[in-house]
Amino acid sequence: MTDVLITNGRVIDPANHIDEVCDVWVEDGKIAGVGKFEGEATHTIDATGLIVCPGLMDMHVHLREPGEEWKEDIESGSRAAVAGGITSICTMPNTEPCMDHAGIVMQVIARAKEVGLCNLHPIGAVSRKLEGRELSEMRELSRAGAVAFSDDGQPIWHAGVMRKALEYSSSFDFLIIQHAEEKQLTQGGAINEGWISTQLGVAGMPVEGEDCMIARDIMLTRLTKAHYHVAHISSKGAVEQVRAAQAEGLNVTTEAAPHHFALTEDEVLNFNADAKMSPPLRTESDRLAVIEGLRDGTISIIATDHAPHHEDDKRCGLSCAAFGIVGLETMLPIALDLERAGILSMSDLIAKMSCNPAKLLRLPEGTLSIGSAADICIFDANKQWVLDRAQLFSKGHNTPWHGRTMTGQVQYTLKHGRVVFEKGEIL
Amino acid sequence: MPQPLFGLKHLFGIAGLSRDQIESLVNMGDEFIDINSRSVKKAPTLRGRTVINLFFENSTRTRTSFEIAGKRLSADVINISASTSATKKGETLLDTAQTLAAMQPHVLIIRHSVAGTCEFLADYLDNTALINAGDGAHEHPTQILTDLLTLKHNIGSIEGKTMTIVGDISHSRVARSHLIAANILGYKVRLVAPKTLLPSHVRNYGCEVFHDFDAALEGTDILYMLRVQTERLTDNCCFPSTREYHEAYGLNMQRLKAAGDHCMVMHPGPMNRGVEIATNVADSMKSLILEQVEHGVAVRMAALTALCGGATEE
Repeated sequence: MTDVLITNGRVIDPANHIDEVCDVWVEDGKIAGVGKFEGEATHTIDATGLIVCPGLMDMHVHLREPGEEWKEDIESGSRAAVAGGITSICTMPNTEPCMDHAGIVMQVIARAKEVGLCNLHPIGAVSRKLEGRELSEMRELSRAGAVAFSDDGQPIWHAGVMRKALEYSSSFDFLIIQHAEEKQLTQGGAINEGWISTQLGVAGMPVEGEDCMIARDIMLTRLTKAHYHVAHISSKGAVEQVRAAQAEGLNVTTEAAPHHFALTEDEVLNFNADAKMSPPLRTESDRLAVIEGLRDGTISIIATDHAPHHEDDKRCGLSCAAFGIVGLETMLPIALDLERAGILSMSDLIAKMSCNPAKLLRLPEGTLSIGSAADICIFDANKQWVLDRAQLFSKGHNTPWHGRTMTGQVQYTLKHGRVVFEKGEIL
Repeated sequence: MPQPLFGLKHLFGIAGLSRDQIESLVNMGDEFIDINSRSVKKAPTLRGRTVINLFFENSTRTRTSFEIAGKRLSADVINISASTSATKKGETLLDTAQTLAAMQPHVLIIRHSVAGTCEFLADYLDNTALINAGDGAHEHPTQILTDLLTLKHNIGSIEGKTMTIVGDISHSRVARSHLIAANILGYKVRLVAPKTLLPSHVRNYGCEVFHDFDAALEGTDILYMLRVQTERLTDNCCFPSTREYHEAYGLNMQRLKAAGDHCMVMHPGPMNRGVEIATNVADSMKSLILEQVEHGVAVRMAALTALCGGATEE
C-alpha cells in the first residue's frame, strides 16, 4: 500500500529525461516510483490529461517579512507559490531588517517551516544593510541557510566592492546575483527610455543602464574567476553579453522573468503603474532577444521577481508608483506560451523552472528522482481562466495581467507527498 | 450634468483631439476675446457651474487665467494650492481629488508634476470633468490652444508654417503638445537644443532637430522660446552655465533678424530675460508674448464652456 498514487498523467522530469504517460507514487513523503504502478494506494489522484512534473522553483522572490508584512508575509507568499505550482522559493534579502545577519535568515526559514507549504531558501545580503560598502558575513549566512548572495533591488554599484564580493564569494563557492543597473544612468526613470517615455514625458531608464553594469561585471568575473548570475535580464545587449561570456567559458548565468518575455513597454502607454518594474518592460526587439536567449540556453532559468506592493504605493501615478509586480501565480501559464509557440519543448520549459535553478543553487529539489522529496506540480496545460487580481493568494494585487485570459492552470501541488493545493484551494 | 460640447468629456491633452475639436475650441475662444475687452466683462454662460482650480505646482498665469475665465463666465471658481511632499505625492493627490470631487464641482482643473495625473484620476472620479493644466513633462493643452488662437490672429492659417521651438524640450509639456498638434494640424516643428535637453526618440514625431540655433533660423515663421529652468543646470548637468546657454540658444536681436521680417516670437512664460530671450526681443514688435496671455483667458473660457456649458439634463 503506497501513500499517494498519481495515475496516468504525462510525467515530465527533465532531470531524468522522462517524458511519458505513466504513474508516480509516493511513500513517506518521498518519490517511491515512476512507471507502471501495481497495487493499492491510500490516496489516488487521476492525472489523465494533466502534466505531472517536479514542484516548480522560483529563485527570485520578494516576500516582505520581516518588516513590511502588509505587502506580503511568508504565509501569504507561500500560499501564492503553491497556487502557482511552486514548491521552492528563494527570497531576496531586502526585508526590514535585511538578511545581512544569520539571525534573520534563520528566522525566515523557521517561519516558512511553520507555515509548511513550500521550501524557502533565503538569499543573503552581499553587503551589510545592502549599502554596497562592507561585505556581510557570507560564510555565517551560508551556514544559517542562505543559498546565494545578492543586494537585489540595489545593484552592487561600487566596482571595488563588487570585485571583493566576487573574490570572497568564489573562495567559498558561493554565487553572487546582481541586480544589474547603473543607477547614475537610470536615476529618476520610471519606464524604459524610448519612444514611449518620450511621448509620455516620463523619465526613462535606458537599456545602457543594464548593459554597462553587466559589461563591468563580466570583466570583474573574468578577473576574479567567480560565479556571477544576472537577475531578471531584460535587454538585447545584456543577453548578447551573457551569451558571449558563456562562450568564452566564464561562469556567468542568468534568469528571465515572465513579464520580460511576454510584455513590452506598450503596457505603460496608458500610464499603467501595474506594468512598472525594474528593469522596466522593454521594446519588442529586447523581448525577442530574451526569448532567443531562453531558446538557445543562454538564459537557463525562469524566475518571477515576485514583488508585491500595497495598492497605495501603486495608486499615485506612473512616475511615483513603486517598482515591481507579483508573479508567483502567473509564472506557469505565461511561461507555457513559450511551449505553445514552439520555442521550447515542455521538458526544457519545465527544466528552467525546476532542475536548472536547483542545480545552480545545489539544491536537491526540482526532480522526481526516486528517494527525493515528493514535491510535485500537476497542471492542465490547456485550461483557460481569467485572472482576477482580487482572487490572488498573494497580498499584492499589482499585476498587469488582471482581466486577461490565462492558458494553463495548476490543479494540484504536493509538498513532501502532502497535497497542499487542490483546484483553487489551499489545503 | 451639462452635456459636453464637441464630444469632449475631459481635456487631458492635445493627443486624442481631432482637428475639428481643436478648431472648434480655438474658434470659440476667438469669440470670447470680445467679452474680455468690454468694460463689463461678464457673461452668464456658466452660471451655476462650479469650477475648482487644483494646483500642485506653482503657477501665476495659468491659474489666474483659468480663474478669470471662469469668473467672466459667471462660474463659481475656487482656487486650491496644494503642496506636494517629495515622496508620497500620490496618496495626497488621489485623496484630495476625491474629496473635492465629492463636493460636486463640474470641472476640476489640475496641475501636477506627475505625468498622466488626469488619466490616473479619471479612473476614480466619475462625475467630474477634468482639465489638464500641465502634468509633468507630458502635456499642456490649453497653452497650445492659446498659441493657436494667437497665431490665427497674427499669421492666419498655421498649415504649412514652421515653428521652431528652442530650449529644454526634455522637460517641456508645451513642446510635446505642440509636436502632437503639428501632426494634427499640418504645421512643421523644428527643435533646437543640445542633446542633453532632448528626449531620446523625439525625431519619431517627424520633426527636424537642430543643435545649432543659427542653422534653424532660415525658413522659420514662429520662434517659440522655452523657459530654461536653472535648477537643471546643477542637478542634471544639462548645460554648463546660463552664460553659455544664452550664447548658444538665447534669442537675441541678431538671430531674430536672421530669421526674417515675417518671423514672430512666442514664449509660454514666465521668461528668464537674458537667458533664453534677450530683453529687446521680448519687448519688440515681433513678440506675441502678451497677446498669448490675453488669448489664454479666452481659450480657457472656451475649454470650460465645452466641458460644462452645454444644456443641462436633469
